[in-house]
Amino acid sequence: MSGNIYIYIAIVAVTSYLIRVLPLTLIRKPIKNKFIKSFLYYVPYVTLSVMTFPAIIEATASPLAGTLALIVGIIMAWFGLGLFPVAIACCVITYIGNLIF
Amino acid sequence: MKNMNTKVFAEGIRDGIPIGLGYLAVSFSLGIAAKSAGFTPLQGFIISFLENASAGEYVAFTLIAAGASYFEVFLMTLIANARYLLMSCALSQRFSPDTPFIHRLFIAFDLTDELFGIAIARPGYLSPLYSYGAFLVALPCWAGGTMLGILAGNLLPASIANALSVSLFGMFIAIIIPPAKKDKIVAVLIVISFALSYLSGVIPFIRDISSGTRTIILTLLISGTAAILFPVKEEKTEEKS
Repeated sequence: MSGNIYIYIAIVAVTSYLIRVLPLTLIRKPIKNKFIKSFLYYVPYVTLSVMTFPAIIEATASPLAGTLALIVGIIMAWFGLGLFPVAIACCVITYIGNLIF
Repeated sequence: MKNMNTKVFAEGIRDGIPIGLGYLAVSFSLGIAAKSAGFTPLQGFIISFLENASAGEYVAFTLIAAGASYFEVFLMTLIANARYLLMSCALSQRFSPDTPFIHRLFIAFDLTDELFGIAIARPGYLSPLYSYGAFLVALPCWAGGTMLGILAGNLLPASIANALSVSLFGMFIAIIIPPAKKDKIVAVLIVISFALSYLSGVIPFIRDISSGTRTIILTLLISGTAAILFPVKEEKTEEKS
């Protein structure tokens, strides 16, 4: 570490808050542009997908365990299970998968 | 009206519980990274309470541990959290014109992937009270988890710590899959995003770009192309946005 930890914290806190608050406070009217509307509709799903794969496979000690967790997670979410059951199932499968593979 | 507000707030708390529990697991593993960057439990609590971002905090801890400059930390925080800029734009479209301005300042504070996900999953205008209910559970879990991770991280066996690191992705999956079931284009986009994300990590030169920057580039590219090729029909945005 080369700097003061509280200065690091301040930089990180201010930067991440500005990113979150500026669009919300500056854009006060409904966006009419069809492209922007569609773009904003797709963004969250694309970002989360990009961040999930292949990261989930690289995060686990055994890549096979991560693959299995991904598949089971998708199936569970497809059949309507919520955030917590899916997250826990992924953890349990990774734990077991790491033991087997 | 009062009863209605209490009900919405209670629904927020209810939906915040699974998120909070997931956060506890994820931020616990972040705490382990924070410890190696020299954070005390209190400092870990503070940074998690103020940043509220898994990828962003992970990047910060790694950089600080490596002795990075203030500017580098600023720049990477910007890049790792840039997707919130887009989510914030999306959320701005869901505010009722009657909702007081001050709520925008508070809602922005805990704009995370999951809390954004449950907020947009509700039909109609955004209800700040619903989000506050969820924040009430999620925020202490997130900040407290980091603190616990710093305190107790090295007591945890590596096998359990490794399994916990997947909880974050489990939550992401639970957010992206249900809409894919209703909207085929979203399903196709998820597959394309998976494929391009993988390829960008193996193709020479492209793979040397930091993963945060690659995430931004791919998000702009894929969402932009989809918006041109498959503009969302009016009734779909009415219903969902």
